Amino acid sequence: MKKIGVFVCWCGSNIAATVDVKAVVEACKKEPNVVFAEDYQYICSEIGQNKMADAIRDYKLDGVVICSCSPRMHEATFRKTAEKAGLNPYMIEVANIREQCSWIHKDIEEGTEKAIVLARTAIAKVLLNAPLQAGESKVTKRALVIGGGIAGIQSALDIADAGFEVDIVEKKPSIGGKMSQLDKTFPTLDCSACILTPKMVDVSAHEKINIFAYSEVEAVSGFVGNFTAKIRQKARYVDTAKCTGCRACMEKCPSKKSLNEFNAGLDTRPAIYIPFAQAVPNKATIDPNACIKLKTGKCGICSKVCTAGAIDYEQKDQIIEREYGAIVVATGYNIINLDKFNELGYSDCKDVITSLEFERLTNAAGPTKGHLICPSDGREPKKIVFVQCVGSRGLRPCDKQYCSKICCMYTAKHAMLLREKHPETEVYVFYIDVRTPGKNYDEFYRRAVEQYGVHYIKGQVGKVIEKDGHLEVQASDLLADEQLHIDADLVVLAAAIEADDTARKIGTMLTASMDTNDFFTEAHAKLKPVESPTAGIFLSGMCQGPKDIPDTVAQAGAAAVKVIGLLSKDTLKCNACVASPNENMCNGCSLCATVCPYGAITYVDKEFRIPGGVQVRRVSQVNEAICQGCGACTVACMSGAMDLKGFTNKEIMAEVESICK
Amino acid sequence: MNFTYYPGCTLKAKGKDLDIYARKCAEVLGVTMDEIKDWQCCGGCYTTSQDEIATKLASVRALVEAKNNNTELLTLCSACHNVIKRVNNDMATNDYFNFRVNNYLKLDQPYNGEATVIHYLEMLRDKVGFDKIKEKVVNPLTGKKIGAYYGCLLLRPSSVMAFDNPENPTILEDFIKAIGATPVIYQMRNECCGAYCTLEDKAIPKKRSDKIIENALSKGAECLITACPLCLYNLKVNGGDKIPVYYFTELLAEALGVK
Repeated sequence: MKKIGVFVCWCGSNIAATVDVKAVVEACKKEPNVVFAEDYQYICSEIGQNKMADAIRDYKLDGVVICSCSPRMHEATFRKTAEKAGLNPYMIEVANIREQCSWIHKDIEEGTEKAIVLARTAIAKVLLNAPLQAGESKVTKRALVIGGGIAGIQSALDIADAGFEVDIVEKKPSIGGKMSQLDKTFPTLDCSACILTPKMVDVSAHEKINIFAYSEVEAVSGFVGNFTAKIRQKARYVDTAKCTGCRACMEKCPSKKSLNEFNAGLDTRPAIYIPFAQAVPNKATIDPNACIKLKTGKCGICSKVCTAGAIDYEQKDQIIEREYGAIVVATGYNIINLDKFNELGYSDCKDVITSLEFERLTNAAGPTKGHLICPSDGREPKKIVFVQCVGSRGLRPCDKQYCSKICCMYTAKHAMLLREKHPETEVYVFYIDVRTPGKNYDEFYRRAVEQYGVHYIKGQVGKVIEKDGHLEVQASDLLADEQLHIDADLVVLAAAIEADDTARKIGTMLTASMDTNDFFTEAHAKLKPVESPTAGIFLSGMCQGPKDIPDTVAQAGAAAVKVIGLLSKDTLKCNACVASPNENMCNGCSLCATVCPYGAITYVDKEFRIPGGVQVRRVSQVNEAICQGCGACTVACMSGAMDLKGFTNKEIMAEVESICK
Repeated sequence: MNFTYYPGCTLKAKGKDLDIYARKCAEVLGVTMDEIKDWQCCGGCYTTSQDEIATKLASVRALVEAKNNNTELLTLCSACHNVIKRVNNDMATNDYFNFRVNNYLKLDQPYNGEATVIHYLEMLRDKVGFDKIKEKVVNPLTGKKIGAYYGCLLLRPSSVMAFDNPENPTILEDFIKAIGATPVIYQMRNECCGAYCTLEDKAIPKKRSDKIIENALSKGAECLITACPLCLYNLKVNGGDKIPVYYFTELLAEALGVK
């Protein structure tokens, strides 16, 4: 007879307030095979663990049921304790009487009744559990970083400095991301380029880092420690080995009318271009949508002026396949499209601009060499209105419900720098709330208000109207309870940020979960903030949610540490709960192989002894290193040949029966 | 296509043009507008006071008529549309209001907001279709630069009216394109004209209408169209010499060749 022990946890008052734990213990004692049952305040504590280990030894238990929180929380803890006490870790069952019981019930009687059912169910299952052994898989000691902004750069540098190889895949021609477009950074006002460029150079010079710029990840297969990624290196039509970055081609290119992405579309660039002075790699790229030669076959001027002979109009996209042990997602963000915010006049009025455009207009390397002008007629603005929360914290379909987090600080920065450089300009900031938590942040904002005389007005702008070459800003001052009409020269909109448009595609590719806003979800909001729930996938920067540069760099470092921890292992323990086919029942239909999302199932021809001879049959085989134990195949198998270890059909039926009892 | 039609008082007096052209166009488009026999004034303005039902009974009667006819209730005047649609919403969502109205009206069947209220413009967009209208145009207003003037009543409160995006509406612009003309986007197109303030203090609608017209002219509009008799009145009185203002149905009739 199998001997089962049951522990019922109070979880302080989390469980005990809605579940009569003593009653659960008594009910469990009456179950067949249960030789021991006890309750305790915190079974996850050291004392609780010791009690469990002692009971396993003293009563020679064959299985243990712990009625506590979700197995996602402490199953691993309990398994370790069981193993130390000499019990196979898979002979542990957790009955979730917290998330699935005490937290959702108010009535103690109902809660207790349900807790007893859940405990009984776990007992029924553990009686059928078999000891399992986890296999091992090798770890490829190389990391993939998707995205070459400050998040990706920091993660890559940290991983590479620990001695592991890193590939950065960046879709744009240069790494650097949004930070390379910024002028100054809050709260210290140091120059963005001055602190970013050295890091970009470090990346480029690092012997362990490979940059795949102008490239995109096209497919990813495999699992933690053993990913395979297909990377599409888009044709630049320039041989990067030969290009010296001299920019002679840029000067001579006759097609100069493409919007310059780096300057937020405020000026134009040639069809062959290097996006900015400090670009890494410092190599030219031909924009196939603008190049006359690629479109019509006539021109070829760049190839004539290129002394290095680097131009190659015949270049094709290349697919590179590489193996990785871990993947860092650092796909970043964009600001939202403001076409739907007509009331603020962005699409109609040239002098209504986004904060990113403002950033370029005040940047010494920008289209005006840092000379702030109104884009409509080039005059110097005398009165400037900043509008915060454009598309953030809203409830309309075009709005994002979340706070974009960085806008309060960069708007304070813009306002302050403006007043510093042009004390004669009047600066207004309209806000819902000013949110500036963070080290030296609130002090920074106070400086804008108190020392620099920026007019902060609580209230939202309702309309921006073009009038005699000026902009009339209609707004409300909620504190004074007044309608305001301000004649402004320039209106700057702090547009909401959103996840990059490639995030969804990459999330699907990696089976990494995302929220409704396409931000990647962390494995645990507090305790696993840089891990995706999918093993081996880590999150860095804005792809996980709005954050500023200091937070991004901190998270990038944290993600790198997790990657280093993973890559420093030679092997990983596999999941012991894997699929296993019963060859005698398998009819070789291939359905399981079709549904397997990990490609873990193959088919082999095998000889079977039958009365009077030998029969060769095609049967399924599971690669236990690849199987993730999702169970899709067990559901799909028509003949019931496929079973999931640890969750066998028998075990699950026993649970169902126990619930229905 | 049959609709129960609620014209409202203004469309029988100062706003006749809005109604006449709408009927002519409906004929061309194969739409039947069955006018309610003894409709009563909607009250002209949706009262926000919660303690009275009297000003809302006329709307409920029109709604009940549409329900009994098993057709949607078609409106044309923005003010009537606003009042009736909001009363219908009250009947569907405000239990206490519903209780008092049904208690008073003692209908054979209690009314619980079952009817659907549809504005003539919505009918053109959703039932006939702007593409269909494009096909039926015999006299396209090619090259004419028209500014759409929405006013407030069609769009707000947006959660109840559900007419179009209240900040960036497009239905009138799409309509203008359907009749072959060019829409002019100007920022003041959904700002209030001053509305009923004209009865109290003429300076308010004057100031607001001036601003609307000035903004439309600066963006190159040659004329304005509206669906609201009160907007038309305010804009005409205050700036009629600067820019012509038409009901949208008049231009539709012109394009369909029935003016």
